[in-house]
Amino acid sequence: MKPPPFAYFRPGTLDEAIAILGRTENAKVLAGGQSLMAMLNLRYVFPDALVDINDLFELSGIEIAPERIRIGAMTRQRRIELDAELYEAMPIFRDALKLVGHRQTRNRGTIGGSLCHLDPASELPTLALLLDAGIETAGPAGVRRIPVGEFITGYMMPGIGPDEIVTAIEFAPWSVAHGHAFHEFARRHGDFAVASAAVMVERDRQGVVTRCAIAIGGIGSVPQRHGAGETALTGSDGGPDAIAAALESCAGLDILGDFHGGPDYRLSVARTMLRRSLTAALARASERTQQA
Amino acid sequence: MYEIELLINGRPFRGAAEARTTLADFLRHTLRLTGTHLGCEHGVCGACTVLVDGVSARSCLMLAVQADGAIVETVEGLAEHDGTLHPLQQAFRDAHGLQCGFCTPGMLMTLVELLRETPHPSEDEVRDAISGNICRCTGYQSIVDATLAVAGAAGTEGSEP
Amino acid sequence: MTGTPASQPRVVTRPSVGRPVPRLEDLPLLTGAGRYLDDIELPELLHCAFVRSPVAHARIERIDVEAARAMDGVHAVLTLADLMPKLTSGRMPLGASPIKGENSSTPFVLADREVAYVGEPIVLVVAHSRYLAEDAAAQVQVDFTPLPVASDARAAMAPDSPLVRTELKSNVLNSFKVGFGDVEAAFAGAAHVFSDVLSQHRGCGHSMEGRGVLAEIRPGDELCVWSSTQMPHDLYYMLQTMLGLDQDALRVVTPDVGGGFGPKYCLYPEEVALPAAARLLRRSLKWVEDRRETFISSIQERDQYWSVEVAVDAEARLLGIRGSLVHDQGAYAPKPVNLPYNGATAMSGPYILPAYSMDVHVVHTNKVPVSSVRGAGYPQAVFAMERTMDLIAAGMGLDRAEVRRRNLIPPEQMPYTKKLKARSGAAMVYDSGDYPASQREALAAAGWDDFPERQKRALAEGRYIGIGMANAVKGTGRGPFESGVVRVGQNGKVSIFTGAAAMGQGLATALAQICADQLAVPPEDVTVISGDTSKTPLGLGGFASRQLVTAGSSVHLAARAVAEKAIRAASSILEVDEDQLELREGHVHVRDGNRSLGLGEIARMLRGAPGYAFPAGVDPGLEASAQWRTDSLAYANACHVVEVEVEPTLGSVEITRYVALNDSGRMINPMIVEGQVQGGIVHGIGNALYEFMGYDDSCQPVTTTFQEYLLVTATELPRLETIFRETPSPKNPIGAKGVGETGTIPAAAAVISAVENALAPFGIRISQTPVPPQSLFRLIEAARQSQAGQPPRRKDLPDDQET
Ligand code: FES
Ligand code: FES
Repeated sequence: MKPPPFAYFRPGTLDEAIAILGRTENAKVLAGGQSLMAMLNLRYVFPDALVDINDLFELSGIEIAPERIRIGAMTRQRRIELDAELYEAMPIFRDALKLVGHRQTRNRGTIGGSLCHLDPASELPTLALLLDAGIETAGPAGVRRIPVGEFITGYMMPGIGPDEIVTAIEFAPWSVAHGHAFHEFARRHGDFAVASAAVMVERDRQGVVTRCAIAIGGIGSVPQRHGAGETALTGSDGGPDAIAAALESCAGLDILGDFHGGPDYRLSVARTMLRRSLTAALARASERTQQA
Repeated sequence: MYEIELLINGRPFRGAAEARTTLADFLRHTLRLTGTHLGCEHGVCGACTVLVDGVSARSCLMLAVQADGAIVETVEGLAEHDGTLHPLQQAFRDAHGLQCGFCTPGMLMTLVELLRETPHPSEDEVRDAISGNICRCTGYQSIVDATLAVAGAAGTEGSEP
Repeated sequence: MTGTPASQPRVVTRPSVGRPVPRLEDLPLLTGAGRYLDDIELPELLHCAFVRSPVAHARIERIDVEAARAMDGVHAVLTLADLMPKLTSGRMPLGASPIKGENSSTPFVLADREVAYVGEPIVLVVAHSRYLAEDAAAQVQVDFTPLPVASDARAAMAPDSPLVRTELKSNVLNSFKVGFGDVEAAFAGAAHVFSDVLSQHRGCGHSMEGRGVLAEIRPGDELCVWSSTQMPHDLYYMLQTMLGLDQDALRVVTPDVGGGFGPKYCLYPEEVALPAAARLLRRSLKWVEDRRETFISSIQERDQYWSVEVAVDAEARLLGIRGSLVHDQGAYAPKPVNLPYNGATAMSGPYILPAYSMDVHVVHTNKVPVSSVRGAGYPQAVFAMERTMDLIAAGMGLDRAEVRRRNLIPPEQMPYTKKLKARSGAAMVYDSGDYPASQREALAAAGWDDFPERQKRALAEGRYIGIGMANAVKGTGRGPFESGVVRVGQNGKVSIFTGAAAMGQGLATALAQICADQLAVPPEDVTVISGDTSKTPLGLGGFASRQLVTAGSSVHLAARAVAEKAIRAASSILEVDEDQLELREGHVHVRDGNRSLGLGEIARMLRGAPGYAFPAGVDPGLEASAQWRTDSLAYANACHVVEVEVEPTLGSVEITRYVALNDSGRMINPMIVEGQVQGGIVHGIGNALYEFMGYDDSCQPVTTTFQEYLLVTATELPRLETIFRETPSPKNPIGAKGVGETGTIPAAAAVISAVENALAPFGIRISQTPVPPQSLFRLIEAARQSQAGQPPRRKDLPDDQET
């Protein structure tokens, strides 16, 4: 289990990296390497070249502005997990990242790498989808900002060109009084989810749900927004009937069976995760709204 | 071939490696630091864990060239030069935290990082920290106990280096 | 102080046996100074990779190695034909067996005509690095004509089933019957009869260090073979035959071994191919099994299908058991097939069973060959028996523990003779143990009697909690012997040489403790040399939880003989009567007075010197050798009680409490014993809930990484509570019984019993391992659908616990 041979480039600037990608056939970008290196060792992939972007320090960092949060693609997952300011603004990141692999893999793994790998069961693409994030890429044609819905084109297929590099993810923060939750069921702690449910909600002082976003990971070929569930919740009192309606309408999601279970099983797991996430997020939103 | 220079356990090392050589193989076979083990080579077992620039990493999922210029810590650097064991090593011995010893270097390096960040972890935090390290021999409990013993001891003495 | 009868040497020391002495093995292993197989570096060493079959059954039409041979850095690319000049046979001999020659089901050194499982080695590639060897292996072209596969052992028994190998006449390797008593009469007179069909799936041993072989060509043509094996002597004997070597031309050494767990008990094709290639090329060669190779080439175990019928009287006392057992042997039988025999004879375990009849069929399939994985047939037998006990309890409305209690062998019947024979042919005699007391103690510790109340409360909250239990008895310390030589060095330090094989269990520490107490030295002053055929001419190795019992007994006897000799020699040298002497702190002291002789001094005198007088009445050398012989086993027992919580919508099982009582006789080092039990339990939990070695219908393995094949991690476990009883074995001089497998054997049965109990409201019966969440979910859904009165649906209930 040793990697096959490949050429190796470690550009010092983004432009250089893009140029190398442009002129090199069958090249792969090496970010944190926590999936790619394993696939190389297993000889599942045979790139002719690796373009290591670990020296592109400008791609790393977290910027928090009132209207916009920007996380550089090369920001390590563990840094995102531990960032105090981000936790303050959007605590769901810490909840989600605690579920990503293990500390050793989060120390090296990056948010951009996870988005580009686009495993349907992994947490960060689900989160990006939940937050309507924009994925910023750089390529020979310049900078693009791709809505996450377009970035996710299919099973492990990010919508970027072979000579493009994801540089950042951006999204608008929610109000300080929002409630959040990220629950998943995995066979063991740190494993990819059989199903996950990410929820963000805002409520008014009467408890009416004024805004709701739900993303479900793990059950289909890509992470999915649960539009019917969002509709069921938005404008409701966030009570048992609304939750039941959101759970019921999970049946409309795209669900595939695999080694970890058939579609009916995954649906059941997704429902339980969604019930937990909704319950927790709604309670948190109430609490924070009262505090605000 | 790439010339790679790095600082391992406070000592400078240099060696040549192909681009595809993993950091683990470079440490083990080029530099002959065989304390770091390979249990799966696909990033699941944690036997290959070392600290790179102060944070734990799976050395089977890094290329040697990527560690050029890095500060690396491995199990060989834990004990004092006079042979005095690191408190965690001593605790492993006292609590029978190892049997065959194959997972041990990765366990130790992971837990060294944990204790630097969180000197007094709870049992759950210890278990969470080693959730990416597989041990087939011990059932983990003795490893957890060893770690808690060090954490407890550090607390009572109140001696932080 | 140990007082000793006059006939024995008087030894004054604080005993180390029975104390948690820190392990002698630990220092190098903790500091990165251990030396495992892949750590061995030699000048000019070449590295190997194998081309393995990608298909489960095919005829090999052509092997084209030319492209691979032409690659840079490639030294050789070898097929079986290339190796034959250095081999006496292309087929492996039957391992661990005195039978000379091959049998019709042993594997080939390399496959050249036909492959019978995915992973079977075909070509050996030798290159300057493992990286290059893998590059070249990928360039070897093998043309296959696919042949039909047999994937299910039950179907493979049918006369019209495809054959696993075309050389076979039938896939059934062996059929036999185990039994005693009048089974027909038992069933005819039964108050109740229950039956079940059980299946258990295969898993892998997965020591964290895989296998590995290094064949070193030494000056003078000596071949030194290093192997990460549990059986260095067996390998030594086998290689002599296979390579046609004189005994002094060969040496087998085991370096530090990173875990065994059964698979390293087998001798493998790689262990012959490498030495043969080294002799052919006159170069030292190394091959290290990578994890993917473990999945497709290291021994696996536990695929068995049991049909069980039990007859009981009105008091739930066992009258008879009958049934059949189909054992999936995989593609080859590298060793005599003993697992199904173990299983069939072990089924009745700690219970009194008047009549028994089990038809056993050993059947080939196109999967990785089967031999022992920690437990070796016992986990399956215990699963079958303990699930049957639960079935009786459920059928008769009795408490599960009560049904067991009524059937346990009472202590006053010890030693108890089962009407069965052990594999050696000796009668199966349980030597000692108090099974009812063990069960009582474990149940009390686990709060068995209060549980129904707690369960009722939990159910009212919509939580499904359950408790389960299992008893087990394991024959340990298999003979016929293990070697032990104790020799005092010139510095007074003591060395033990043994054929036992260390693989991480702490063998050296335990042997040192036994020896230290006989010679009144601290255990740190004892070194243990094992796993080297040039230092220990005789030996067997590691299997069947045997080494502490067998090697320990030999070392005990040898060390005592050394003590006697030291006193006799000192008596002659000091001219003092033996009964005036005592052994204390590594010296023979005159009891009244301050004269003494150190063991090192005595060793120097007993080595002899030209022209000097030699002490009268003693043989040369301060050393002794013992090969303690045994044909009987020392039976250890265990009782495990497990609590779980099941979430029906997820099919998930959380183990919330685990209480394990273990009786492995006298504990030489309780710390080591506890570690063995804990590690064993976790392996068993893996078998119950996580570990699943999957194959598709074409016998392609579908779980070949640790992402797909799940080993238990630290976050999935509760604290394990262990309780120990120490019923000494009367059958060996140290009173010990083995402990390496007793943690694993009852674990899966106890966990499944608890899961079934948690789901009692659904009326589910679980007769399989493992039960991954989706299987459990399916069972629950099926039960929901067939149930008239449904239990409360979770979705109406308040939020439950987090995962
Ligand atoms: S060897 Fe690196 S994680 Fe297993
Ligand atoms: S001590 Fe053997 S794998 Fe952990």
